[in-house]
Amino acid sequence: MSDLRVPTMAEMMAEGKQPEVLFWVGCAGSFDDRAKKITKAFVKLLHKAGVEFAVLGTEESCTGDPAKRAGNEFLFQMQAMTNIEVLNAYEVKKIVTACPHCFNTLKNEYPSLGGNYVVMHHTQFLKSLLDEGKLSIEGGKFKGKRITYHDPCYLGRANGVYEAPRDLIRKLDVELVEMRKCKKAGLCCGAGGAQMFKEPEKGNKDVNIERTEQALETKPDIIAAGCPFCNTMMTDGVKGKEREGDVAVMDVAELIANAEDI
Amino acid sequence: MALIPNIVFAIALVLGIGFFVHNLRKLIRNIRIGKPIDRSDNKKKRWGNMIRIALGQQKMVVRPVAGMLHILVYLGFVIINIEMLEIVIDGLLGTHRIFSSLGSFYTVLIGAFEVLALLVLISVIVFWIRRNIIRLQRFWKPEMKGWPKNDGNLILYFEMVLMVLFLVMNATDVSFQQMGSGNIISGIMAPWFSGLPETTLHLIERTAWWMHILGVLVFLNYLYYSKHLHIILAFPNTYFASLGPKGQMDNLEAVTKEVKLMLDPNADPFAAPSGDEQAEMPEKFGASDVSDLNWVQLLSAYTCTECGRCTSECPANQTGKKLSPRKIMMDTRDRLEEVGRNIDNNGTFVADNKSLLGDYISREELWACTSCNACVEACPVSINPLSIILDMRRYLVMEQSAAPTELNNMMTNIENNGAPWPYNQMDRLNWKNE
Repeated sequence: MSDLRVPTMAEMMAEGKQPEVLFWVGCAGSFDDRAKKITKAFVKLLHKAGVEFAVLGTEESCTGDPAKRAGNEFLFQMQAMTNIEVLNAYEVKKIVTACPHCFNTLKNEYPSLGGNYVVMHHTQFLKSLLDEGKLSIEGGKFKGKRITYHDPCYLGRANGVYEAPRDLIRKLDVELVEMRKCKKAGLCCGAGGAQMFKEPEKGNKDVNIERTEQALETKPDIIAAGCPFCNTMMTDGVKGKEREGDVAVMDVAELIANAEDI
Repeated sequence: MALIPNIVFAIALVLGIGFFVHNLRKLIRNIRIGKPIDRSDNKKKRWGNMIRIALGQQKMVVRPVAGMLHILVYLGFVIINIEMLEIVIDGLLGTHRIFSSLGSFYTVLIGAFEVLALLVLISVIVFWIRRNIIRLQRFWKPEMKGWPKNDGNLILYFEMVLMVLFLVMNATDVSFQQMGSGNIISGIMAPWFSGLPETTLHLIERTAWWMHILGVLVFLNYLYYSKHLHIILAFPNTYFASLGPKGQMDNLEAVTKEVKLMLDPNADPFAAPSGDEQAEMPEKFGASDVSDLNWVQLLSAYTCTECGRCTSECPANQTGKKLSPRKIMMDTRDRLEEVGRNIDNNGTFVADNKSLLGDYISREELWACTSCNACVEACPVSINPLSIILDMRRYLVMEQSAAPTELNNMMTNIENNGAPWPYNQMDRLNWKNE
């Protein structure tokens, strides 16, 4: 699994080219071992669909989301303005990202600081590729499986994106089952608002366990997610329930890429 | 002498409405303690939201049982108030059922009032059962002990009594019963009083009439002291609510100015601040007290009717943490009232060594929030407890450097390596070759 072709904006610029879209990888997608697999799966899909894309590579930096939600507006705006400077220097118009936190921040909180881009979540982008006929999705090895989809808060409630990921999953010829709390009423995985980086406050249960229990109620073969942090929380939850043997936690991009072993 | 009832009525009316207006002015003054925020944009969309969410009760029916019952009580409240108009005119002029000259239209009107009154009575009894017999969890959270619990029940008793008085008034109105039209419910009740002499019936009818109108005036004035203000404030609150996507949190302008200065290579770091800038300097980041919140957040605190839908959807609360979004709103209002009383007593606010943060809301509550927006989504009147939580976190972090240690580590990592974990920014693309 080496030598994936991933051009950077700097390389593109040197060749005098402008990609159609910038893939914002995000910190989790760059450094977290589990999330890196999602990143690679998405890159393969981009190649398959013939999308001209580029990443910022070492010029990318945290969007500032966890700092902002933790209350550190200074650090957030420092990050935002530095990133905006880089993005604007490359004349970036369109950004796609596999992280709903990056998605929300880039889309909603960068414009008033001078960063105006069309920002899409990778499930929205894949859906548009599908609609344009650039990407085909087949059931492949997931045909007939029971899949439940966990709505990431920053994609769903925060930005009203509920259908794109579900449309993609349905294309896999699977049985999409909903949890009793889904879409607008979906329960958080427990990672948002910078909780990912700290121990939870005293309580009687961890949020990810509560959510995993809701997911397991649907008797799924796979729990699908659209966020690297939700993925971590749900994976930990499934392990906590000792169900990692029969229930997988996968990103929507991985489902599509793995369905046909690309 | 014949005019005495009219005069008594007019005095009661003026006192009742006057005292309410007096409190309403106090309420507006308290809301104005909040910081300015511009919500004058997009009027069309704002009116639309108000009509859908407040007038149309759109979000109430997300929970169908409570939603339908609430719509009945709400419709009853609004429509039966037309009857109040007749009572007020009768009371002032000394007439009796002045609208009855409307003929068949009056029949329809009174018929509708009576049916609604019965439905309201039934709904309110069901509400009482849900609170006190079924004991729905959200009405028994720690913040609902004492006054909030009694307040909730008192409102239900008020409504029960007012509806019963209205129906008894109609049932014992001999001439109205003889008319025999529109007395759909009271016609069934009238025989209960059949053995009584006409003078007694008249006495009961008058008593019910007076208690009904006085009860309504007392209830009107009770609003300011209770959680029931939502019947009025739901309208402005849904109008002034944020229109952006729920995930969007405001970028603090004061911070933007400073960050721009820090990133500007031409800025002279040793330049003496001009007089103007110095005047602006004391700006406080985030919120530790009600005066640091904006006026929409304070309006929301008065609007909250403590239904607890937010808290029952909160992931932190569901898993036993101390955080309850409803308590955030209740605390904000309690502190605002305290500040208001301070101003009443002293003419201007005199420092009381208390604040919303610490004396009302603890750090533990604030740090338990996942910013998932479930509370914001759940609120039937567009209250945003999350915005208050975030503003208070900002104060803790930017004014007090009081974030939990792990979060400080995360933020140091972002500052140093551009990622929340201790990885080198230069390794950001290593994944492609792994």
